[in-house]
Amino acid sequence: MADLLPEHPEFLWANPEPKKSYDVVIVGGGGHGLATAYYLAKNHGITNVAVLEKGWLAGGNMARNTTIIRSNYLWDESAGIYEKSLKLWEQLPEELDYDFLFSQRGVLNLAHTLGDVRESIRRVEANKFNGVDAEWLTPEQVKEVCPIINIGDDIRYPVMGATYQPRAGIAKHDHVAWAFARKANEMGVDIIQNCEVTGFLKDGEKVTGVKTTRGTIHAGKVALAGAGHSSVLAELAGFELPIQSHPLQALVSELFEPVHPTVVMSNHIHVYVSQAHKGELVMGAGIDTYNGYGQRGAFHVIEEQMAAAVELFPIFARAHVLRTWGGIVDTTMDASPIISKTPIQNLYVNCGWGTGGFKGTPGAGFTLAHTIANDEAHALNAPFSLERFETGHLIDEHGAAAVAH
Amino acid sequence: MMLIECPNCGPRNETEFAYGGQAHVAYPEDPNALNDKEWSRYLFYRENPKGIFAERWVHSGGCRKWFNALRDTATYEFKAVYRAGEPRPELNTQGGSR
Ligand SMILES: Cc1cc2nc3c(=O)[nH]c(=O)nc-3n(C[C@H](O)[C@H](O)[C@H](O)COP(=O)(O)OP(=O)(O)OC[C@H]3O[C@@H](n4cnc5c(N)ncnc54)[C@H](O)[C@@H]3O)c2cc1C
Ligand SMILES: [Zn+2]
Repeated sequence: MADLLPEHPEFLWANPEPKKSYDVVIVGGGGHGLATAYYLAKNHGITNVAVLEKGWLAGGNMARNTTIIRSNYLWDESAGIYEKSLKLWEQLPEELDYDFLFSQRGVLNLAHTLGDVRESIRRVEANKFNGVDAEWLTPEQVKEVCPIINIGDDIRYPVMGATYQPRAGIAKHDHVAWAFARKANEMGVDIIQNCEVTGFLKDGEKVTGVKTTRGTIHAGKVALAGAGHSSVLAELAGFELPIQSHPLQALVSELFEPVHPTVVMSNHIHVYVSQAHKGELVMGAGIDTYNGYGQRGAFHVIEEQMAAAVELFPIFARAHVLRTWGGIVDTTMDASPIISKTPIQNLYVNCGWGTGGFKGTPGAGFTLAHTIANDEAHALNAPFSLERFETGHLIDEHGAAAVAH
Repeated sequence: MMLIECPNCGPRNETEFAYGGQAHVAYPEDPNALNDKEWSRYLFYRENPKGIFAERWVHSGGCRKWFNALRDTATYEFKAVYRAGEPRPELNTQGGSR
C-alpha cells in the first residue's frame, strides 16, 4: 500500500528541535504569533526567534473563524489599527508569494432597528473621516448588492438598511497561517509545534525564558499570543488580564453554486454569512454566554442562528448543516484588543481580539513586532495598552464589534 | 445544551438560565478609598480560570432567582450549585458535592 502513496509535497516549514535560547520567544502559533514572527524578521531584522505552539499550527481560532476582514470600526484608534491591517492584507498575497484567496467582495452590516440605523450612519460618517471606505445603503440598495436577501417588512427584524464597506472581504484562513509560517521560517524563525509553555523563568520582575513540555528555553524577550488561553498564560507569568474566555461557534453547509456574492453580518440577530470559494455557506453564531475553554458550545445557539439566517435568506431553507465547531475567544469589556507591554519586563502581550481578530492578524503582528523590537508601543497600538483599564481611556467598539466580526 | 440544577426547581435546560459571570465579587466597602488600579480591578478584571470557576446563574425561565455554581470551564461539568449568600462549598477530590 505504502508505495502507492504519492510523495509528500514539499514541507512549507521545517520542524526543528527547540534551541536552548532565542532572542525572542513567541507563545502561540496562531495567525497572530506567526505574523509577529514574520514582521520581527522582516521589519526589524530579528530572526533568532521561535514560535511555540502547544498543538499544531493554526489549530486554535486561526482555522476556526469565519474569515471576515474589514476595517469599518467606530473610533479613531480602531480605524487606525484595523485600516492598517486591511492595507497590509491588500499587499500580503504578493509579499508572502502565496495565493490565500483574499477576496475583497465587500461587507454589509445590517441595521434592523432605529437604534441600529442611527449607530450605523454615525459609524459610516466616522469611517469617512478616517479614510475608511464606507457607505450607507437603503434596503433596496442592499438587495442590489446581495440579491438573495429578504428585505420584506413582514419578518421579525426587517432590514432597515446597511453599512457597506466594498474593500472588506474574506480569505482562506489556514493558508494565511501557512503563508506567514513559510516566509518567517525562510528568514530564520523556528516554528516548534507540540510544545506547550507550562511556566516562565524570571529574574526578579524580568522574564528570562519559558518552561515547556519540550524543555526549558531561554529568551531575551517573550511575547504572548495565546488568544483564548491568554489568562492562563498571564497567570503562569504572574500578572492579570481583563479577559474572559468564551466558546464561539460556526458552521458550514454543503457545497453550492455561487449564490452569495458578498459578506452579510447582523449584530442584532447574531448571524453572519459568506460563501467560501469552494461553495459552502460559512456562518458564525453569537458567543455562548458562559466562560468556557472547551472549544465547543451548545446546539441551541446554532439553531437560533440558523433560524435568523433562514429568515434573512429564504433560499437557505433547503441547505444542510454539514459541520459545526467552536473556538475559544478572549473578550475584553470594551470589545477592543490589548497589544501592550506588561507589568513584567521583556514580556509583551497580544490578546483580547475576541470574536474579531482574524482581520487583525497582520495589524497585530506588525504592531506587536514593533513593540517587542523597541520595547515601546507603535503609535497604532499605544491606545490598546493594558493601562487603559486604569486610566479609563477605553475604546468601546461594542457597536462595531459586538458579537460579530 | 447543559442540564443545570436550579437549587429551587431542580434540573432544567440551559436555555432557561442566564449567566452572571464570576460569583462572590463584592461591591467595594468604601469606593472612594480605591485608587485607579483597585477600581479597575473591581470594574474590569474577573477571574478566568481553566478549571473550577465559582459563577452566578439566574433561573430566568423559572423561579427567577440568582444562585451560584462551581463549574469546570474546560469540561463544562457542574460540580456544585448553592444558594446566593451561601459560602463557596469545598469540593472533595471526587468532585461531587451539592
Ligand atoms: C467561530 C469563530 C469565528 C470567528 N470569526 C471571525 C471573523 O469572521 N473575522 C475575524 O476577524 N475574526 C474572527 N474570529 C476571531 C479570530 O479567529 C481570533 O481573534 C484570532 O484567530 C486570534 O488570533 P490567533 O489566530 O493568533 O489565535 P489562535 O489561532 O487561537 O492562536 C493561539 C494559539 O496559542 C496556542 N497556545 C495557547 N496556550 C499555549 C501554551 N501554553 N503554549 C503554547 N501554545 C499555546 C493555542 O494552541 C493556539 O494555537 C472568529 C473566531 C471564532 C472562534
Ligand atoms: Zn429555579
